[in-house]
Amino acid sequence: MAVVTLVVELKDKPGQLAKVIEPVSKYRGNIISIVHKREKRTPTGSIPVEISIEIDEKSIGKLVENIRSQGVVVKSYNEVRLTSTTSVMLIGHIIHTDLATTIDAVDRTGFAEVVEMHISMPYLEKPSTAMMTISATGEKKLKVALDRLKEVCMKKKITVIEPLELEE
Amino acid sequence: MIRIAIFGFGAVGKGVAKILMDRERMNRLIGNYSVVAVADSKGSIVSSSVNLKEALKIKEKNGRLPDGMNVIEIIEEVDFDVALELTPTNIDTGEPGLTHIKKCLKKGANVITSNKGPLVVAYKELSKLAERSGVKLLFEATVGGAMPVIKLIKRDIAGNRIRSIKGILNGTCNYILSRMEKERLSYRMILAEAKELGIVEANESYDVEGIDSAAKLVILANSLMDMDVSLKDVEIEGITEITPEAFEIALEKGYTIRLISEVSEDVLRVSPRLIPLNNPLCVHGTLNAILIKADLAGEIFVIGRGAGSLETASAVISDLAELYSC
Ligand SMILES: NC(=O)c1ccc[n+]([C@@H]2O[C@H](COP(=O)([O-])OP(=O)(O)OC[C@H]3O[C@@H](n4cnc5c(N)ncnc54)[C@H](OP(=O)(O)O)[C@@H]3O)[C@@H](O)[C@H]2O)c1
Repeated sequence: MAVVTLVVELKDKPGQLAKVIEPVSKYRGNIISIVHKREKRTPTGSIPVEISIEIDEKSIGKLVENIRSQGVVVKSYNEVRLTSTTSVMLIGHIIHTDLATTIDAVDRTGFAEVVEMHISMPYLEKPSTAMMTISATGEKKLKVALDRLKEVCMKKKITVIEPLELEE
Repeated sequence: MIRIAIFGFGAVGKGVAKILMDRERMNRLIGNYSVVAVADSKGSIVSSSVNLKEALKIKEKNGRLPDGMNVIEIIEEVDFDVALELTPTNIDTGEPGLTHIKKCLKKGANVITSNKGPLVVAYKELSKLAERSGVKLLFEATVGGAMPVIKLIKRDIAGNRIRSIKGILNGTCNYILSRMEKERLSYRMILAEAKELGIVEANESYDVEGIDSAAKLVILANSLMDMDVSLKDVEIEGITEITPEAFEIALEKGYTIRLISEVSEDVLRVSPRLIPLNNPLCVHGTLNAILIKADLAGEIFVIGRGAGSLETASAVISDLAELYSC
């Protein structure tokens, strides 16, 4: 048995915690503590929740997978913590320029990933607008990931609107 | 007796003239003074004491000052202590202001200017020239209009190292963005509205493509952060690509969008940015704003009117007070 700490981001509405607790009991884990970090509310309005679980090491991967499949954002577990998060806006032909490779510019770094994306497409031929949330293992890494994203977007003529501060 | 020459008699020059006509206010501020020359692009009035009321009347009536010496001739032939250089900005050549300022500094006259061009093109050269001649070159009005920025940083928080400056330095862009935020109309429609209000430069790309903001950023970087940069060093992105949907999505997540000019040790750029709605830089309309981070003072925030005749003249007058305050 091992103790792992998961940080998940839950929407601020009823029934969200169940999406985490049910998989934990399914994989025979014991919940040791649950801390809602309301003061660290994310730019998208979610609340980071830190959950410590006692569980068989071999089940950790499956547990995380299962929680993610419920649509819950798992920001970190164990050592690989994604501690820095930011939101950026993209404007342009986001879909028609192969969205997957745009996202991959961040994910491929290995230290950052696109954890959420919200796209608005007003008309088929018009540029679309997206808000992308990126998490990384630290602020410096987050900056590198953002630079990679900017490079790709420049080639695709997508405008990137960065936040005023990397971390609010 | 302080002898003042005014070069450029447009919105700012006339604003300055109106304040200088207020003898009571000005005598208390700088003591005795007289205006010895006023010039526009076509003519001038030169006298031991120019009647400003009369000069404004003539300019109003004829659209120009009477035939007379041009600025170069005035600098060469008339004695004055300080020149107010208020001619149009040209960020490529700096002219005609650059030649005016150089000649004044060389002859040992102080210069106060609202003209960005000469400073963007040749800040280091001009400041060295002023130092060598033992005179001052002051330029509060070039950045942020009425908003105190240059003297605030140079004097009021002297001793601080400036970590970064982030600001909204173009009122027209801020007007367009804050209207898009409120009305969710397209960039084109709001631009047309701004043009109708007469707040867009004749060459609109100067405003909306971020060039004006970049010029001001270069002045801040060189004069306040001891850098030696020029316009081509600024990473510039304007506001023309921003969609109404961008505001919709941003607002849902608690942000808005503003054109931010930023300078720090490793950043020199003008670009639209996501601003948290509770950040002080989230200002509306044609306002300018600036957020300074300094090592001792921490954060300082200034907000104010970035343009306008009396507003810009206010900054010019504050420079006169800096030179001659009694
Ligand atoms: N307006 C603002 O709110 C504001 C704010 C901050 C900074 N500024 C800067 O302040 C400066 C003046 O702005 P403004 O709004 O007053 O401009 P403006 O209304 O266009 O006035 C410019 C004046 O300069 C004169 N001029 C042009 N070439 C000249 C020359 N070679 N010799 C002598 N006079 C010459 C013009 O003469 P004519 O009258 O014969 O055309 C006019 O009187 C510009 O550099 C501007 O960027 C303006």
